[in-house]
Amino acid sequence: MRTARVGGLSVADIGFWSLCLAAVVLLATQAVINPRLFVQILIFGLADGAIFALVALGYTMVYGIIELINFAHGDVFTFAAYIGAAILGLFTVNENSFTVLNLLVLAGVFPVVMLVMGGINITIERIAYRPLRNAPRLAPLITAIGMSFLIEGIMFLWHGPATVHFPDILPHGPGFQTTINGVFFTFKDVFVVVAAIILVSLLAVFITRSKLGKAMRATAQDRDAAQLMGIDINRTIAATFFIGAVLAGAGGIIWGLYFNTVYYNLGFRTGLVAFTAAVFGGIGNIPGAALGGLLIGLVQAFSDAYIGSKWTEVVIFGILIGVLVFRPTGLLGMRVPDK
Amino acid sequence: MTEPVATKQRSVFARLHLRERIRDRDQAIYGVLLIVAVVFPLASLYATDSTFLVSQAGHAGTFVLLAIGLNVVVGFAGLLDLGYAAFFAIGAYTYALFASAQLAASPLHHAYHLPFWLMMFVGLFVAAAFGAVLGFPTLRLRGDYLAIVTLGFGEIVPQLFLNLDQWTGGINAVGGIDQPTLPAWITGPWAGANDIAIVRDFNFSFDPIAYYVLIVILVIIAVILVSNLYRSRLGRAWMAIREDEVAAAAMGINTVTTKLLAFAIGASFSGFAGAYYGASFGLVSPDSFLFVVSVTVLVMVVLGGMGNITGVIVGALVIYFILNSVIPSLPAAVESFASTVGLGSLNDRNGDWPGLAGETQRLQFLVYGLILVLMMLLRPQGIFPSRVREQELKHAAVLEEETVVEQAQAG
Repeated sequence: MRTARVGGLSVADIGFWSLCLAAVVLLATQAVINPRLFVQILIFGLADGAIFALVALGYTMVYGIIELINFAHGDVFTFAAYIGAAILGLFTVNENSFTVLNLLVLAGVFPVVMLVMGGINITIERIAYRPLRNAPRLAPLITAIGMSFLIEGIMFLWHGPATVHFPDILPHGPGFQTTINGVFFTFKDVFVVVAAIILVSLLAVFITRSKLGKAMRATAQDRDAAQLMGIDINRTIAATFFIGAVLAGAGGIIWGLYFNTVYYNLGFRTGLVAFTAAVFGGIGNIPGAALGGLLIGLVQAFSDAYIGSKWTEVVIFGILIGVLVFRPTGLLGMRVPDK
Repeated sequence: MTEPVATKQRSVFARLHLRERIRDRDQAIYGVLLIVAVVFPLASLYATDSTFLVSQAGHAGTFVLLAIGLNVVVGFAGLLDLGYAAFFAIGAYTYALFASAQLAASPLHHAYHLPFWLMMFVGLFVAAAFGAVLGFPTLRLRGDYLAIVTLGFGEIVPQLFLNLDQWTGGINAVGGIDQPTLPAWITGPWAGANDIAIVRDFNFSFDPIAYYVLIVILVIIAVILVSNLYRSRLGRAWMAIREDEVAAAAMGINTVTTKLLAFAIGASFSGFAGAYYGASFGLVSPDSFLFVVSVTVLVMVVLGGMGNITGVIVGALVIYFILNSVIPSLPAAVESFASTVGLGSLNDRNGDWPGLAGETQRLQFLVYGLILVLMMLLRPQGIFPSRVREQELKHAAVLEEETVVEQAQAG
């Protein structure tokens, strides 16, 4: 397509970057007017954004390797929170003070749920996506929506439309919160961000250092060539789904620990926001998804505070449409193959 | 060497009786549907002595219209639209705002009461215009990006109608919407009158039979329009794009304009349906246009057979029936079944367990999910697949075989 260009930049790019600049300038003025409020919102946004980043990574990895928008991913995230709540319900955890049992259960629930979610996502891929790998693109997209509704349906059968309480077992209360320069934050905020940083770093190491990670990158680049080099494509794709779900599983538990409520269609909105984050960062681009997640978390927090929470959805999906229209490659960009 | 292939093509074409077969089955289905459309209201009035089923059928007709419209986008042109309910909402609100007292309370301070027949077309054009505005910058994107843009749009539109409460009444919805009027109408025993007579200055008010007649006529018009489009140059261009966009572009089809037309025409049908919906319900509220509605219409199109108009109509009716008759009647049936089998204890509520009846009421999402996944895996062409497509595929296979045989003979 022919695009109008001014000094090496396309008009769409100029539009995109000037919009970004306008947003930054607006936020900077707010920061000058009331720095305390600004930092407070920033902390909320970072905690939210860390969770979005974990979910967005799954979208971007799957899209990078088989160019499928895995609509069921958001529901895998929610399902993890449901299973986590059920596991915590088995033990008599103490929600009022942090005990040794809490610590043990906390240390146990993460790996168990992450593995279970990985297994579920591999099953989903095996049943719903693999048979359709060479079908028209519309087909796996529709089964993905179907899978999303299926998982929502299972959660709906399980607990109905009501919200489900997720046990509040992280250390909280007066001893675990502090105010520095009028900015209030808790242990939970720190926990969420640190956990997300650890997980994303582990993923980065895995993708760049391990043999399987190398196979994933090769498959994402050129599936046929990778196959000719002796890479087992089915195994690599299954591994991608597994890792995506492991991160979403961790995200679900972290969401539960942070907000303490989940509901059956939480994944629809969270998934959509996380997908927006992945597109924002540049779909298929792993650091992009992490960055996009954080930024979308901040956008949500700032929009809630400065524009009004009823407009947040409009703002986020407006960003989604705007990015796709002006800069489909996202912030960090990606080669978009046309097959 | 070119001539023998041409004769072969003709002979294969004749042998498959392509035209005749298409005409036969689809016309048979249209015939059955038409007879059912006429007999159904009379039979249900006679059997139940209430107009409830007729008003249900009128509502089902709205979904038939929506499915026919979405079929143009998804079935013909192969573009996945996940925010179809947004255009439905735009059509409904266009009518609701300009045919009720709502705008008197808005900053305009003036209530408009424009006639339904005019607003139906206005709604159609407004929805089409929004389709074009949304499609213009996004249709050059890849197919699955389009799905996401429409999904985002489908989330934004109801939210906007909810938030702009100064204009739309927000959560309170727009009520008291005008009903269509006609200079003359026929009344008879089916409408509670004694004799068949002509009524002057007829107001539809909430007469289910009048709405039923209207929706049947609208559906018939839509079917005629869409099947003509399907056979037109534009329809062939859509299918070429659906099969292979790059090849279609190489054949000289302007893909952006063609896709834009599919998008706008598809949207216009839901604008049409929206106006009808607003009038027949008399109430338009933002929560009737959520993502579930878009998915419902998509399920109707997929189940019926993407690209085939008769299939889509049947799919819409089947899904509507499942959602509004089968699932609501299941809880009682399951409960009595459990009692007779001796599992009566399952019927009682117990802690988190809502009882068997409560549990079956929650099946809707699971049913949607299963239908989508199973249909795509087992029968991606739908219940009634597009016959032309089926034949084309078979035709291509036969041709290929013959060429191979020919080459073998020549060699």
